[in-house]
Amino acid sequence: MAVAPDPNPAFAAFAHPERLVSTEWLAEHLGEPGLVVVESDEDVLLYETGHIPGAVKIDWHTDLNDPVERDYLDGARFAALLGGRGIRRDDTIVIYGDKNNWWAAYALWVFTLFGHEDVRLLDGGRAKWEAEGRAYTTDVAPRESVEYPVVERDDATVRAFKEDVLAHFGRPLIDVRSPEEYSGERTHMPSYPEEGALRGGHIPTAQSVPWARAVAEDGTFKSKAELDAIYRDGAGLRDGDSVIAYCRIGERSSHTWFVLSHLLGFDNVRNYDGSWTEWGSAVRVPIATGSEPGDAPTR
Amino acid sequence: MSVLPEALATIRDDFLALPQPDRLQLLLEFSRELPELPARYADHPELLERVVECQSPVFIFVEVDDDRIVHLHATAPQESPTTRGFASILVQGLAGLTVEQVLDVPADYPLTIGLTEAVSPLRIRGMSGLLGRTQRQVREKSAA
Repeated sequence: MAVAPDPNPAFAAFAHPERLVSTEWLAEHLGEPGLVVVESDEDVLLYETGHIPGAVKIDWHTDLNDPVERDYLDGARFAALLGGRGIRRDDTIVIYGDKNNWWAAYALWVFTLFGHEDVRLLDGGRAKWEAEGRAYTTDVAPRESVEYPVVERDDATVRAFKEDVLAHFGRPLIDVRSPEEYSGERTHMPSYPEEGALRGGHIPTAQSVPWARAVAEDGTFKSKAELDAIYRDGAGLRDGDSVIAYCRIGERSSHTWFVLSHLLGFDNVRNYDGSWTEWGSAVRVPIATGSEPGDAPTR
Repeated sequence: MSVLPEALATIRDDFLALPQPDRLQLLLEFSRELPELPARYADHPELLERVVECQSPVFIFVEVDDDRIVHLHATAPQESPTTRGFASILVQGLAGLTVEQVLDVPADYPLTIGLTEAVSPLRIRGMSGLLGRTQRQVREKSAA
């Protein structure tokens, strides 16, 4: 059973305002039947230190990834995960997390692979909820397991593989990593662990738009006009474009995927989750270095 | 093969004795036990070394006293409990050890305490970085 969207006028200009809820809205609707709050963080213990009352924890490493292959969990395991956490197929899910909803957006994107229809982000994430002094608890309320259907993962609509990127040249690519990763000076984020790419640089023709540019000072998303200035005027995206976004392992680009799809209304946006850790180690794929996008390879 | 110092062995055994979800709780307890930096370092951030292998900001500083006993100090923000937990395990596990004992701690100790599944191997790398940098500082500071 879905819950009515947050009518907040601040979201009205976005293409899909029903994909966001404000902290005020969530505080008012906590505990409502059909609403499940999910916390997804970079730090695996942050939920345990305190979370929004009733929130369910879903961890990007230990819950959403396959433990052996580099891939996401399959339909049967996704059904077991959500059903086991008491989430029904027709529930409204609101996801929030640390670091400007970085991992929350990643979880939302994975939920989208399985076509969970009503999944939203808490605008401002954990930091805004905390800054406003709203309720936190360390209690983990037991949730009864429910039936969640086994749905086959859709790897075509919002997900791109390396072969898709190779076939995509001539259409827009967005690199959401830091400028140093884009230029090839480094292969991982400043102060983050090396995740193993053998070469530095970016996919030729990709525009550099670091993901956090979409976020305002208080952790909420910037306005439609500001986002248009960044992605349309700045990166040159136009209505009807087919876009692929990538980063290092596909997490930061999930955030950009959310902005382009749900806030700006681009219908054909895919996240290349193999991202630089695959591309930068793959044999015979084109790479551009430096701060310029570079030219599409001639084949 | 050298024998793992007793405190580190106890910590490892405590983790391994627990089922997976409880291991996170124990790590959380460690994170709460990370001592505050001594005031003399709190006022001198330039003495602290950032551990870049960790995803959250964590800084360490090692002292070697006249008896060649190692003192590890670490600080990480409250919103990074996993990193605090890793640091706290090392602060407690290395407490009172000599230079030689610290340098003998195997580099793969973080992989042996039963957290790779509960925390993920990628995150455990942060603890390996902490241990490696601690040993390097010990080496530098005991060389004189």
